[in-house]
Amino acid sequence: MTVRGCAMTGWGTALPERVVTNADIMTLFDTSDEWIVERSGISTRRAAAGPFVADTPPHHPPAGLGTTGQLAVAAGREAMAAAGVDGSGIGLVILCTTTPDQLIPASSAAVSSALGIAGGAMDLNAACAGFTYGLVTASGMVSAGVDRVLLIGAETLTRATNWDDRTNAFLFGDGAGAVVVEATPGETSLLGWDLGVDGSQVSILYADHGSGMVMKGQEVFRRAVRATVASAGLSLERAKVGVDDIALFVPHQANIRIMDAVADRLGLPKEKIASVIDHTGNTSSASIPLALVDAAQSGRLVDGDLILLAGFGAGMTWASAVWRWGH
Amino acid sequence: MDNDEAFDKFKQCAVEVLQVEPEKVVLDARFGDDLDADSLDLVELVMALEESFDITVDESELEGVTTIKQAFELVTSKL
Repeated sequence: MTVRGCAMTGWGTALPERVVTNADIMTLFDTSDEWIVERSGISTRRAAAGPFVADTPPHHPPAGLGTTGQLAVAAGREAMAAAGVDGSGIGLVILCTTTPDQLIPASSAAVSSALGIAGGAMDLNAACAGFTYGLVTASGMVSAGVDRVLLIGAETLTRATNWDDRTNAFLFGDGAGAVVVEATPGETSLLGWDLGVDGSQVSILYADHGSGMVMKGQEVFRRAVRATVASAGLSLERAKVGVDDIALFVPHQANIRIMDAVADRLGLPKEKIASVIDHTGNTSSASIPLALVDAAQSGRLVDGDLILLAGFGAGMTWASAVWRWGH
Repeated sequence: MDNDEAFDKFKQCAVEVLQVEPEKVVLDARFGDDLDADSLDLVELVMALEESFDITVDESELEGVTTIKQAFELVTSKL
């Protein structure tokens, strides 16, 4: 049997221009920069969906990065250019998002057309675990014969935020990250993975159509830490590697306190955590590629490095993977 | 496990999670004012206590818990 491997051969990101500071958040309800930073590690986040809720008129329309689709296209275009491939070379688009632009159709349809992609396209919603679900799916599709998958995580979470909720409105931001997952000769880069869900926990984190997110933060915190640690442990075991073999830990950027708690319980030093949360906030499906690409672009990764990705989110969903960087 | 043993174990969790001096973990200490612990610190402390004492504490049971004494009594009521 011929072994058909896969690797990430290009990557890119997109963030909307509008920076929302903690001082902006303080205009909405009683809070402080210190309180927000201490509980989340977040100083600024980006808002795509037109003017920020507290901006005074006149409101100008967002300049090109105002929707999930536009962010996805910008990140996707950068990833394809980095991989040296145009739309005709992409066999499948997987757009991981929990904030699609419309109910019907999937946002990946317009994204695929805008990028001139010839192959298929689909959305994947596993909330904040979405990108890792997508990476496992993309690797599987490469094994099944697709030469290149464009995998994108893109969100406009500020459109699903309840801006009156002082307990969590400051957490969320918008953005996108993308990678090209490409067939390569030899071994796969996906060394071990775990996907899971517990649908009995819908009530601790959800948003109904047309309304903002409801989150029981402390309950989510507790379950997130335990689910992520357990899942990461399974991925490490399946990859037959130890935690000391991991060069970079890329957790879902939900809250610095969760990221630290998970790393601590896994026995990973803080220096190995990839973090962009201070300036992105929680961008759900986009958070792992934003942090991964930031690490790659700042020279923190060399070929052969083992990366541990781990996310959790509404559902509750969770997902983790051990990935070998380079090709 | 007698009460003193249980409190020692409780104290050990609090010292590790809240990163405070052991002598600060006394029954009348308040989490916020005396131990500088916020709501997420409390969640982490409860997680550590659940694992250490092999108990389960529901979110709703934590309402109104503001002192070491209240938290310790919640734990011992489950042993």
